Amino acid sequence: MNLPFHKYGSPKYFYSWSLMLSPWLIGFCVLLFAVGLYTGLFVAPADYQQGESFRIIYVHVPAAWMSLFIYVVMASAAASGLIWHVKLGDMIARASAPLGAWFTFLALVTGSLWGKPMWGTYWVWDARLTSELILLFLYLGYIALQGAIDDRRVAARAGAIVALVGTVNLPIIHYSVEWWNTLHQGPTVSKLDAPSIAPSMLMPLLIMAVAYTVYFVVVMFARTRCEILEFERNAAWVKERALEKGVV
Amino acid sequence: MTPTRKKRLLIVLAIVGGMGVAAALILTAFEKNLMYFYSPSEVAAGAAPHERKFRVGGLVVNGSVKRVPDSLTIEFAITDTAHEMTVAYTGILPDLFREGQGIVAHGQTRPDGIFEASEVLAKHDENYMPPEVASALADAKAGAMQANPQ
Repeated sequence: MNLPFHKYGSPKYFYSWSLMLSPWLIGFCVLLFAVGLYTGLFVAPADYQQGESFRIIYVHVPAAWMSLFIYVVMASAAASGLIWHVKLGDMIARASAPLGAWFTFLALVTGSLWGKPMWGTYWVWDARLTSELILLFLYLGYIALQGAIDDRRVAARAGAIVALVGTVNLPIIHYSVEWWNTLHQGPTVSKLDAPSIAPSMLMPLLIMAVAYTVYFVVVMFARTRCEILEFERNAAWVKERALEKGVV
Repeated sequence: MTPTRKKRLLIVLAIVGGMGVAAALILTAFEKNLMYFYSPSEVAAGAAPHERKFRVGGLVVNGSVKRVPDSLTIEFAITDTAHEMTVAYTGILPDLFREGQGIVAHGQTRPDGIFEASEVLAKHDENYMPPEVASALADAKAGAMQANPQ
């Protein structure tokens, strides 16, 4: 097979095209965050029930979405490494895990800070909160496993299995609020009928979600480039590049 | 795809599928324990535990909130639109507590049938809108009620 995917998916090409793309992505990301935060914190109206406090939604909800999205990226990348031995897949999975863990942590902390004034408690053991906490442990388990095994190939294989087993938790998190009685309310945006949020409040939320996603892509690309350099440090192209840049 | 890759793909699918089935079985088996609260209908049907504390959740019935003078004690009814039950609570209520609001109370049923709560949490719904929209919606609803009273 001679698909262009194979070429652009090879670590060497990924290194150059992701490096070329990254200033543009960073600019786009800063712009999105500026617009999203401004419209979310100043332009969007206060909520009829929660008043100004509802604005934490613009930090909390995109973080929770990212915690699931990054897990999907990590598990798919790890699966491509496990099944087809795509080296870049293993590297992307390794690079994504800490980002996913931080977004999960952010979702849990902001949710807890939101819960105190609204629900009257920082934490309850309902299905949504508990399954999100388990997601954090899955990320941490994956990271710990990567750190514990020195042989990168073995680490990638073991990590891929952990990541794939953990995917079972994703639908549980998403549907927890529909399957069981929970203190956390049901879905607002991803309902089959129209989202039950005013358009003026939804717009900043979507902008923030794109901003978070672009941020993830930028940082994940940079972390993957580090993984590539570490893994391919003896490859001819890395040496060439280093000489070109005058690093050695 | 080469046979080895196909085999690896099948193994991966089998692991994920197997875990999925296992998780589904476990969650079905523990379904009752995963419920954060019971509804008044379930309590009325005797599904809630009798000997220990549990949680009930429902909407605070309009006009049912009664405060005992000179104390923090409050009594109100909650409903799931099918059944109602009375809840008594002494303490500070969350800001979102109001009539028509969803709440979750943790406590035990007294011999006289009143649910004695030791903790009341407010549950907010998934709707977000500006105050003007909310009041316009309420007006429209009131208007519709007047136009064809039931």
